[in-house]
Amino acid sequence: MPRKEIDLPYRLEYLSILDENGEVDKNLEPNIPDELLLKLHRAMLLGRRFDERLLQLQRQGRMGTFAPITGQEAAQIGAIATLDSSDWLVPAFREMAAELWRGKKMQNVILLYAGYNEGGEIAPDLNNLPVAIPVGSQTLHAVGLSYAMKYREKKQVAMVFFGDGATSEGDFHEALNFAGVFQTPTIFVCQNNHWAISVPRSRQTRSKTLAQKALAYGVPGIQVDGNDVLAVYSAAKEAVERARSGEGPTMIECITYRMSVHTTADDPKRYRKEEEVEEWVKRDPLIRFQTYLKNKGLISDDQIDTLEEEIKAEIKAAVDQTEKRMEELGDPLAMFEHLFAELPPYLQEQRQELKLELQEADQ
Amino acid sequence: MAKMTMVQAINLALHQEMEKDDNVVVLGEDVGWDGGVFRVTDGLIEKFGEQRVIDTPLAESGIVGFSIGMALYGLKPVCEIQFSGFSYFAFHQLESHAARLRWRSGGRHHVPMVMRAPYGGGVRALEHHSESREAVYAHTPGLKMVIPSSPRNARALLVSAIRDPDPVVFFEPKAVYRAFREEVPEEEETLPIGRSQIAREGKDVTLIAYGAILHETLEAASTLQKEDGIEAEVIDLLTVSPLDDTLFTESARKTGRVVVVHEAPRSFGAGAEVVSRLVEKSFLYLEAPIRRVTGFDLIIPLFQREKAYLPGVKRIMRAIRETLEF
Repeated sequence: MPRKEIDLPYRLEYLSILDENGEVDKNLEPNIPDELLLKLHRAMLLGRRFDERLLQLQRQGRMGTFAPITGQEAAQIGAIATLDSSDWLVPAFREMAAELWRGKKMQNVILLYAGYNEGGEIAPDLNNLPVAIPVGSQTLHAVGLSYAMKYREKKQVAMVFFGDGATSEGDFHEALNFAGVFQTPTIFVCQNNHWAISVPRSRQTRSKTLAQKALAYGVPGIQVDGNDVLAVYSAAKEAVERARSGEGPTMIECITYRMSVHTTADDPKRYRKEEEVEEWVKRDPLIRFQTYLKNKGLISDDQIDTLEEEIKAEIKAAVDQTEKRMEELGDPLAMFEHLFAELPPYLQEQRQELKLELQEADQ
Repeated sequence: MAKMTMVQAINLALHQEMEKDDNVVVLGEDVGWDGGVFRVTDGLIEKFGEQRVIDTPLAESGIVGFSIGMALYGLKPVCEIQFSGFSYFAFHQLESHAARLRWRSGGRHHVPMVMRAPYGGGVRALEHHSESREAVYAHTPGLKMVIPSSPRNARALLVSAIRDPDPVVFFEPKAVYRAFREEVPEEEETLPIGRSQIAREGKDVTLIAYGAILHETLEAASTLQKEDGIEAEVIDLLTVSPLDDTLFTESARKTGRVVVVHEAPRSFGAGAEVVSRLVEKSFLYLEAPIRRVTGFDLIIPLFQREKAYLPGVKRIMRAIRETLEF
């Protein structure tokens, strides 16, 4: 018998609709209502400006370490905008814009990074998980959630975010494998921002793309221009529709770039060249989307300025409120909350120990 | 009441809880058509179907992480890790997420799952199939660590574990799986998690044990009664964490002499915590140093030397006599 080529069921596509100059491919342009286009723009702008404000707060010592999102607004908003509120968001730790879209309050973002557990609180009506810091580990939760949706015959989906570094973790592979085997309604959104702290994408894998990892598990994958909100939206919408109609999971690799630091504890000058960053500044997702909206006559420079002012005021109000709230959150005994449904006796004893210590300190 | 082995009793708990609550799902390697390598999940797939009795890919972290996701949605997954020696693959999912999601989300989410795993020595198995690492889980804030000792309490505790709103690691002493039968009532029975029991009453010395080794401890107690006329009180912990120190504190205050017995390595083991609690709460009542009879601080040897490693009746008896003679 001669050697034969095995016919694999999937091919890999790259999707780009809006180029870096804001020129749109008319054949691929998605049919998004004007109102939604403006909403996407506002969410991206809010994400960018709030990120910048968080960085200032951190530099002023009013907040601890956090992972900025600047440059990745299109990848996040394009994907998350395709979900219904009953769907589930499973974030990693660099999805602030997507989380705000899903109803997380700016106050919670600040509180968390200012070191208050209260920042992690999720409102009872939101189907969001809190941030997951151990890289890639949250992918499995999305698959479990979506298995449960399927078991309960709900038309929901779970969308999980992760980065290029996560594709080297075992849990990512186990998650894709489980999703493939059980055909769960899971959308895997990879924000390939090229850097896992100091390690470049080329050091994570020899594979030509990250999207092709899905193919090995019998899961469709697609690579998109992650700085093109229209491309991300189109790919995610397709994936969500497929998942909702019972056709299983999809992985979307968004090619984007971390324009800022990994976290505020990091200095990118040690490992990457400024010229590389400059190249990506030209591909800024926000600028090209604004060009597109202006070309469509949906927004003017004046309107953008007004929006900027509005967002600035919104952020200021959130920061002010948060600082007020922090004054009420001094009680260290709160650390004993939410470990178990009921505090077992040995923890009641330990809580009492701290309580006495605090009372002594007060005297 | 029917006489059952521990395997049958756990199987009964799973059947009844699955019947009662369609949120309960069972998953793991070979738990479906094979009924589990120890047959603990026998007959479930025939009754409840492949949606609820899930043969998963061979990936322990996957099994536990997937269970966490299901639990977050409101299901009550009972996942099986085929041997506790393979649970380390999944440890980070338990430590980083199952134990923390209630806390991290400010009480919005919780993870009502059970991770079942056979543990301990005594079945002439390969490497990774005989160890006792309950201390690892007991040391993790946010997890509960339960180890039954008999068919009846295994059934009752598993029912409680499944209904518990927080994650429970449930270690089953595989040496007891088919070692003996016990009357197990057909009607529902639960035992509270976090409560120990007196397995044998006595007044001269307190013996504290759990899991498979409870039976050697009980045998040592009855031999000593016959040979020396000593009345040993035996406490079965049943839950390693949250540790119930009320019964053993009371007992130690009564007898003044204590021996703690477990299979797991000695240093930093459950016994170390029991002894610390006794020193904190009963120091002035103690008549003799507390003894620990445990596995050595080694990797449990392959089965030709396993017997010498595990604390047997003789080793337990010697420690008791020395404690009494002090």
